[in-house]
Amino acid sequence: MTQRLNELRRSLLVSLWFMLLTFPIMVIRVNTITGTVRWRWTNLAVIGIGSFFISVVWRYAMQRKAGEAQAVGILSRVGERVGAGTKKIGAVLDIPKVRTRLVGGLLAAAVAYPFLNSMYHTNIMITALTYVVLGLGLNIIIGLGGMLHIGYAAFYAIGAYSYALLNMYFGINFWLALPIGAALAGLFSLLIGLPQLFGIDMRLQQTTVFVYFIMLAVVILTIFVVHRLENSRIGRQWVAMKEDYIACQAMGVSIAKAKLTALGIGAIWGGLVGVIFAARTTFINPASFTVWESVIILSTVVLGGMGSIPGVFVGALVLMLLPEYLRPFAQYRMLIFGALLVTMMVFRPSGFIKKRRKAYTITEAERQSVIKAELEDDGEVEE
Amino acid sequence: MNYFTEVVLSGLTRGSIYALIALGYTMVYGIIELINFAHGEIYMIGAFTALILASVLTIFGFNTIAILFLAGIIAIVYSSMYGYTMEKVAYKPIRNSQRLSALISAIGMSMFLQNYVRIAQTSDFLPFPRIIPRFPWLSALPVSMSSSQFMIFSSTAVVMVLLTLLIKFTKIGKSMRAASQDKIMAKLLGVNVNKVISLTFIIGSATAALGGILISSYTGQINFYIGFLAGIKAFVAAVLGGIGSIPGAVLGSFVLGLTESFGAGYISSDYEDVFAFIILAVILIVKPAGILGKGQIEKV
Amino acid sequence: MVLDVQKLTMDFGGLRAVDHVDLHIKHGEIVALIGPNGAGKTTFFNCVTGMYKPTGGEIGAGRPEAEIQSIKGLRPHLITKHGLARTFQNIRLFPEMTVLENVMLGRDCRLTSGILGAIFRNPRTRAEEEQVVKDSLVILHKIGLENWANEAAMNLPYGAQRRLEIARALATEPFLLLLDEPAAGMNPHETRQLVELIRRLRDEENLSIFLIEHDMSLVMNLSERIYVMDYGKLIASGKPEDVKKDPVVIKAYLGEDVSA
Repeated sequence: MTQRLNELRRSLLVSLWFMLLTFPIMVIRVNTITGTVRWRWTNLAVIGIGSFFISVVWRYAMQRKAGEAQAVGILSRVGERVGAGTKKIGAVLDIPKVRTRLVGGLLAAAVAYPFLNSMYHTNIMITALTYVVLGLGLNIIIGLGGMLHIGYAAFYAIGAYSYALLNMYFGINFWLALPIGAALAGLFSLLIGLPQLFGIDMRLQQTTVFVYFIMLAVVILTIFVVHRLENSRIGRQWVAMKEDYIACQAMGVSIAKAKLTALGIGAIWGGLVGVIFAARTTFINPASFTVWESVIILSTVVLGGMGSIPGVFVGALVLMLLPEYLRPFAQYRMLIFGALLVTMMVFRPSGFIKKRRKAYTITEAERQSVIKAELEDDGEVEE
Repeated sequence: MNYFTEVVLSGLTRGSIYALIALGYTMVYGIIELINFAHGEIYMIGAFTALILASVLTIFGFNTIAILFLAGIIAIVYSSMYGYTMEKVAYKPIRNSQRLSALISAIGMSMFLQNYVRIAQTSDFLPFPRIIPRFPWLSALPVSMSSSQFMIFSSTAVVMVLLTLLIKFTKIGKSMRAASQDKIMAKLLGVNVNKVISLTFIIGSATAALGGILISSYTGQINFYIGFLAGIKAFVAAVLGGIGSIPGAVLGSFVLGLTESFGAGYISSDYEDVFAFIILAVILIVKPAGILGKGQIEKV
Repeated sequence: MVLDVQKLTMDFGGLRAVDHVDLHIKHGEIVALIGPNGAGKTTFFNCVTGMYKPTGGEIGAGRPEAEIQSIKGLRPHLITKHGLARTFQNIRLFPEMTVLENVMLGRDCRLTSGILGAIFRNPRTRAEEEQVVKDSLVILHKIGLENWANEAAMNLPYGAQRRLEIARALATEPFLLLLDEPAAGMNPHETRQLVELIRRLRDEENLSIFLIEHDMSLVMNLSERIYVMDYGKLIASGKPEDVKKDPVVIKAYLGEDVSA
């Protein structure tokens, strides 16, 4: 009991601290033209009450994280149930049959989507899918390759500009520009050069549904490629490089080459999507590709779960769709986003869906057969 | 006054401000190897708090000197409080996680603070009051320096000297150096590492806030976004000088400030940021650890 | 000769960690490098394997059937590709990868499939991957770790982790195996097994072996020639029984308890 009181007292102190801390900015509003001051006392109350409750929850979550959760009545029981629930979902997803059905269902829903929804919703979904591809592309660089990359939007921009310029000056059409844009983005990323910045106005009519299906195809292609790469010799190099790069290079892997491969392959998706973006919006300028764009893509990857394909997928969809459907809160979007990033890193640094690497394993039968063959070669079979 | 001196003065002004911000970056990096992405927001909050307080005090009819000191000091204290709280909330709980987590947390913090000020105050530019009084004796100098510039140079110089003394000769300074070299060993020898880290954030935030107030009264306007670009520039300066090194941050800041000023003054002001990044690229290619940075050899 | 080091020198700032050291290894030999702590043994190793770029001197190495080539200053992965494989003093496995995957990674420098192969999984890539698994299993079998194949490397007992490092190094097809304190932290039983394993590898795999070791009984028992370093300089070399008696060595390193 005393302990609980103690907790409450500390939360009260936190609340007082935040009231003091936010006082000038939250309460005082100066009109510099008329030279008058508005004192917004309600804000102080909101901060006080809000920070008190957040502090209680935060402290509780902290204790849970530290693994020393003392049962605080109903909160802990709810927490336990949620925890058990997530584990069960994870186990169910591991069953191949369930997986196949789930993927099939998702695919069917994705195909039906533009026919069941209005243009407006389809457009939003196109944007979301764009970020899925961008997220998966960046994921190759940071999640698999283990490199931090702040300038990812530049690759996206290079793709878009390549398309715009090719279309303008050489009349090269969309389909031809797609691979060229991708290739260019990949190539340029290796040079890490500054893109040539021109503002260009152009016209190109594409129906929304058409673009939607292109995006869907690109998403599927991305997932396919990332999946294949992960389970290949290159994927193995990436994992090893992240676990111990010194041992990795001592085993004959060129770290520079492995990193450049990740950078190049990751950048291709940025370029690819850039081309589609330019074709779709028919107007681009440098302002479309800012550092914040990169930061948002980075956040989708980290929030969703670095290195995890479904994680990045979910992360991008949530981050892009939520704000669109929470228009009334549009003003608070970035505020909530920022707070979410911090909270997520503090309590769940591995993101929504934690990466689970598929380790290469062999069955007992395979093992026996190989070893038997080996022994026969040596002529030492003792059976 | 000739054009050349003007360009040099303007470069030194920029350099001083970058140095005040870069100090926080480099000190925090030196001690917990975190690129504190939200450091620029502390600078912005310092400027905003000073603006709010100065306006309120003006309305209450205080005189200029009182406003300068009250608003300046309270704003610096407040920024330090923000820095301290930021570390406790966003970085301390994940000190042992991977470095990327801390960076994302810092990015989140930066977005949060920017939008917090935008929503609680305004997204428009606000005119910043001239809180620095005119010093008539400045006109007696051979080079004509504005009083803001004089304040910027002298404050920067004072801060640098104080900080050097603090780090070289006090017990706190020794603890800081010890903790930045080996946190576990420092802890074993009785250094309160948590306190040292908090203090680093407090000092870094205070100098950044000072920079924010000075530059705002020099340029005369602020908005919620000023911290972002200044933060990036100061970060570039810190990397240029060798991140983790305090003299490096100061040197890097002046190199950056002068490069920008000369680039803008003699070539074209449209490309001033491009010059900053070209010089960064050149120096990092020649000396990857920065001008005063030490390359590390990994023990195998 | 498979390794020929001449006047190798390595400076760190003002400190000369390795000072004009000459050393060579003949095909099929087991050679040890010993010396007190801080004598520069590991630095010497790191220069040979490319972890550090030597300040001066020359390092040549080559397969017994081929010419010796200079490998001085090459990047570590190229030296491994050339045929020198190493283990580490403080075990450096890929902890979350399985035992099998650790060895498969060791095979990596002998593989040729590329990005397109990985994406399209053409027959050649598939065949190569199958071969990698087979080769890795065979190596694990030789080292006696095949029962652990699917286990994450970090779950292995200490002695087995040391052996896995050797297995991983073997997978790179070396002609010279460099072992950095392979018996560190092992109990007497594990050490005996290790001695056996090293001898067997030398005999069966056509290898030469170069090791740094602190465990005197292991060094005296296993190696055919010994080099002794102190303060970065070579102070003695020769057969174990001769080195053991050398007064310079005793003074610098062995001490009464070992020579007695």
